[in-house]
Amino acid sequence: MAEKMAMAKAINESLRRALETDPKVLVMGEDVGKLGGVFRVTDGLQKDFGESRVIDTPLAESGIVGTAIGLALRGYRPVVEIQFDGFVFPAYDQIVTQLAKMHARSLGKVKMPVVIRIPYGGGIGAVEHHSESPEALFAHVAGLKVVSPSNASDAYWMMQQAIQSDDPVIYFEPKRRYWDKAEVDVEAIPAPLHKAQVVREGTDLTLAAYGPMVKLCREVADAATEEGKSLEVVDLRSVSPLDFDTVQASVEKTRRLVVVHEAPVFFGSGAEIAARITERCFYHLEAPVLRVGGYHAPYPPARLEEEYLPDLDRVLDAVDRSLAY
Amino acid sequence: MTVDSSAARKPRRSAAGKAGTTGDKTGTTGTKSGTAGNTSGATGTKRTTRTTRAAAKKSTEPELVQLLTPEGKRVKNAEYDAYVAGITPEDLRGLYRDMVLTRRFDAEATALQRQGELGLWASLLGQEAAQIGSGRATREDDYVFPTYREHGVAWCRGVDPTNLLGMFRGVNNGGWDPNSNNFHLYTIVIGSQTLHATGYAMGIAKDGADSAVIAYFGDGASSQGDVAESFTFSAVYNAPVVFFCQNNQWAISEPTEKQSRVPLYQRAQGFGFPGVRVDGNDVLACLAVTRWALERARTGEGPTLVEAYTYRMGAHTTSDDPTRYRGDDERAAWEAKDPILRLRRYLEASNHADEGFFAELEAESEALGKRVREAVRAMPDPDHFAIFENAYADGHALVDEERAQFAAYQATFATGSESGFAAGEGGH
Repeated sequence: MAEKMAMAKAINESLRRALETDPKVLVMGEDVGKLGGVFRVTDGLQKDFGESRVIDTPLAESGIVGTAIGLALRGYRPVVEIQFDGFVFPAYDQIVTQLAKMHARSLGKVKMPVVIRIPYGGGIGAVEHHSESPEALFAHVAGLKVVSPSNASDAYWMMQQAIQSDDPVIYFEPKRRYWDKAEVDVEAIPAPLHKAQVVREGTDLTLAAYGPMVKLCREVADAATEEGKSLEVVDLRSVSPLDFDTVQASVEKTRRLVVVHEAPVFFGSGAEIAARITERCFYHLEAPVLRVGGYHAPYPPARLEEEYLPDLDRVLDAVDRSLAY
Repeated sequence: MTVDSSAARKPRRSAAGKAGTTGDKTGTTGTKSGTAGNTSGATGTKRTTRTTRAAAKKSTEPELVQLLTPEGKRVKNAEYDAYVAGITPEDLRGLYRDMVLTRRFDAEATALQRQGELGLWASLLGQEAAQIGSGRATREDDYVFPTYREHGVAWCRGVDPTNLLGMFRGVNNGGWDPNSNNFHLYTIVIGSQTLHATGYAMGIAKDGADSAVIAYFGDGASSQGDVAESFTFSAVYNAPVVFFCQNNQWAISEPTEKQSRVPLYQRAQGFGFPGVRVDGNDVLACLAVTRWALERARTGEGPTLVEAYTYRMGAHTTSDDPTRYRGDDERAAWEAKDPILRLRRYLEASNHADEGFFAELEAESEALGKRVREAVRAMPDPDHFAIFENAYADGHALVDEERAQFAAYQATFATGSESGFAAGEGGH
């Protein structure tokens, strides 16, 4: 039953399936109903499932997450949409102090099956607060799980798994990949939610990335082939928990690692990966783990974002530096 | 008095009789909150008129629903009497008992903190009527979302008071199963729980159930965005939730004037639902008004804001020093309005309770104090591995890894090994 579909459509189909399968699943957020979301990810869901299942909310992010917590306490499984990455901060308090800690605080008596969908990342020429990558801020918080699919098939299946999880899952959607199409097999047996995948085999160096940067890393690997270099690409898929075993296995083979993400490098997920892989693979590494990502600066205006975001040349440059050790 | 949201909406039960019946009894909106920006009724002009200023001198009480005066006299109230019409002398003795035992529990906890047995305590001294009156208005299938001071409400919900002390002793962050008594865990971040209450109430409405939710918060929390957002959401979705604000006059050191230029109950009007101010030291009035608000919720009439006008007689918590920001005269004035004293006066004057009852209650009170003391001292420290327990429902690889490292490190002590560092670091 494989069908080629864009990532946005795959998420839509996945939400539809969840709404059909489980009457406790709700979709909530600003503009998710009639409009179908600003990216049309929830298109048509309210028409088919009604206003009590697909809920247009007031424009209040803390309210969206806070009431989703209450609905979860009542036995519902809300999937909430934060319209854009930079708008999640009004809800950050509810996510960090309440959603993340409710299970521990209740000594396990209360489950928090809430999914928070956040379209994130740059590259679409948007205005301020519409292109950020705050995943490290969430991965740092115990009690939250953080995932980011890189393709339509993962987007479909990871959404199913996130909704079925009894833990809160922050589901980062790489908005610049919404329109990329891929085969989605809705009857497949998917990989576990937090398992990384080697999406391209290689022998000289490992590129580790997630979400929007996986496609770039594949392109980097293609370009490197022309220069006679064999790069392996690992799609991490999940930032918390992070599948270090798969990265370790790859690095033990290639002996070099470059981590690529859009978020600022400083205190970012690349730093965590570099530290842990150095610990695990100290005697295998031929070069220090290198990172490519955003700068320690506010996300720039759209005319400058090509300079800010990792691109083919910046990643290739890191590859060269690693291979030069 | 009661702010009815809009005349254009369908008439609510007894909405017509509400305005004016209770409100004008005590004259004007009084002390703090009434002077600025009151736009309703007689004090609607920008500056307080001579007449109302004179009236205000006569009574420093702000207008509020009251069924029992501080002297213990029962006063009639056309609007709310109906909600306590069936109350028996036994019920009244029950309310008195609840308040006395709650106060005793609270005093014991404060003492235990002073003795170093608790790390912190948030006393409810003075707020017993607000909590017992509202708590006893709830039905078993209702759900309660407290702050961290609702010990009296917990008592009404059947939560063993000793369970409330675990978080203050530092052995857990909760200590009871919220679903056993429909009493959610204490929430320390100010106002967060009002949104959880609203979401829960939205779920009740979806389920087609007729239970209701009550969310507690304080005057300080009324400044929080989450409280405003919970008002918005509950109004928009007509959620069956009662917002019960205990205005105890002080948010740590900040008076209500630093939170609001209008009486807090009037906030509801702007969100499209009624708000009412009740004498928070009058257990009967709190019971009646909360019953009314819960009935509105159950019958699909949506949210209500109840402002219980009361006073925190003690400190904000045991870490606080109220002598730095308020005078003794203020407390003395409120002590004259003590919620327990006034019900006792009424019980005695109406011969609803005899000396035997009070003596028996005193003995029960002593026994409760002893039980609490012993329970706290016997409370075991949590197992070391509790650090990792319940961080996640479905597990997390990093937690598993760190738990294993921790176990290896701990094991070095168990075996008396001195190479703890190497063993701990080698755990992965």
